[in-house]
Amino acid sequence: MATRVHGRPLAYLDNAATTHRPRAVLDAMDGFSRTSNANVHRGVHRLSQVATDAFEAARETVRISIGASEAAEVVFTKGCTEAINLVAQSWGTANLREGDEVLLSTMEHHANIVPWQVVAKATGARIRPIPIHDDGTLDLSALDTMLGPKTRLVGIAHVSNSLGTINPVEEVARLARSAGAKVLVDGAQALAHLPVDVRALGVDFYAMSGHKMYGPMGVGGLYARRELLEEMPPYQTGGGMIRTVTFEETTYAGVPDRFEPGTPNVAGVIGWAAAFEFLAGLDRKAVQHHEDDLLALASELIGSQPGVHVLGPIPSSRAAVVSFVMDGIHPHDIGTVLDQEGVAIRAGHHCCMPLMARLGVSGTARASLALYNTGEEVHALAKGLARVREVMT
Amino acid sequence: MNDPLRDLYQEVILDHNRRPRNRREMPEATHSASGDNPLCGDCVTVYLLVENGKIVDASFVGLGCAISTASASILTEAVRGMTPAEAKAHFDRFHRGVMGREEDPRLGEAIALLGVREFPMRVKCATLAWHALEAALADSQKEKS
Repeated sequence: MATRVHGRPLAYLDNAATTHRPRAVLDAMDGFSRTSNANVHRGVHRLSQVATDAFEAARETVRISIGASEAAEVVFTKGCTEAINLVAQSWGTANLREGDEVLLSTMEHHANIVPWQVVAKATGARIRPIPIHDDGTLDLSALDTMLGPKTRLVGIAHVSNSLGTINPVEEVARLARSAGAKVLVDGAQALAHLPVDVRALGVDFYAMSGHKMYGPMGVGGLYARRELLEEMPPYQTGGGMIRTVTFEETTYAGVPDRFEPGTPNVAGVIGWAAAFEFLAGLDRKAVQHHEDDLLALASELIGSQPGVHVLGPIPSSRAAVVSFVMDGIHPHDIGTVLDQEGVAIRAGHHCCMPLMARLGVSGTARASLALYNTGEEVHALAKGLARVREVMT
Repeated sequence: MNDPLRDLYQEVILDHNRRPRNRREMPEATHSASGDNPLCGDCVTVYLLVENGKIVDASFVGLGCAISTASASILTEAVRGMTPAEAKAHFDRFHRGVMGREEDPRLGEAIALLGVREFPMRVKCATLAWHALEAALADSQKEKS
């Protein structure tokens, strides 16, 4: 974090895009690569056993961290996007029929929309957006009305990447369950900020990303209840996911191996588990207080400026994100001027074009916070906005 | 005194952004094309009215940042009175300017847009409308002879 940008100390406020990795994560990955590198589930030799043990220990770490019943309910993927694609292609193709409905919140990331569109097209199922209120919170009563005998699945972000809205996942899951529908949660933005217990939430699928919670890029995972995984056909096929293969027929391995063909990103998985351990080793309450304080400060300093409007719910219903627009100034211009001031934010539609359309904006400027951010960095952002006005008007 | 932001957001760009010229639809257009920037969701449509081998009117609609708005505004003023071939040559001149170091004085106000060369992430903002212009010039289906 000692990086300087345009001669200024970098205030990195783009943590919803990706977080930086603590030394514990870097060391875990480096240590594996230097001392234990071998393919997993393959060799009879010693090093392969060491690598396999480390890989499966990482699965157990993830299981404990998210409260799953057993390690086999954790499938490693290359990220949250692949986890959702896995559910859509495997569970969706096997279970969706013509006329079935998939309900997705209006604030979903494209990664929780497009995979369902592809499957809907192939199966004849229908996607229906769950409305949101003007303040960017989910319209629970609309969801209640939409749920019915045709509903097969409800897809919802735990935390909105664009606005930071924390969705009432437990309540959504309860409503969906009583209608006989499955629930998939896009947890990409939640794990860095909230403790997650998939059983307490009562969800069927929980998709995760490593690099948005202080872990490495290129790794993530899917939690799915075992009984669902058992019934799901393979998503991708190849080595490592089979029981027997002849040129006529293949029988598949059990869970979770059936969903992990090919050589996995072992160092990435180990780094991701180290990120979970890093978080578990912190006082999560203190982390949450720190992030809440920063969020309140940022919301106040940004929202009080002339011509600036903060989108989304009140800070207490948000996680570490301040999404805002400035009268007459495009988010990209805000981003470029702030960059010159050493402040890194995201500008644009945040891969949520339906949400932007609902809010009536083409995009927003988004500052997203992490546990290592400081009040000084938030002040640098606020000061930068004055510079934006000075340059652009 | 060297302020990269002032090189990017020159007064001429801010002026075109504040008061975009020729920002209107043109139902009678003989040529039109749209372009979008999937990175930011910005989109622009360029309209041309070509009569007797000359561009007699040019306009645009779209939503974008200061750079893309000013770029479209400057472009529509510049190509009026040109033949389609001259407009294509003007596009090439601008394209060479953005991609290289060249600053052809015939670019006029568009020279101000070349400041994006120092901001690689913003080059597409400046070129969006120009690529729509190039596509519009190729869209000759309705051209009046």
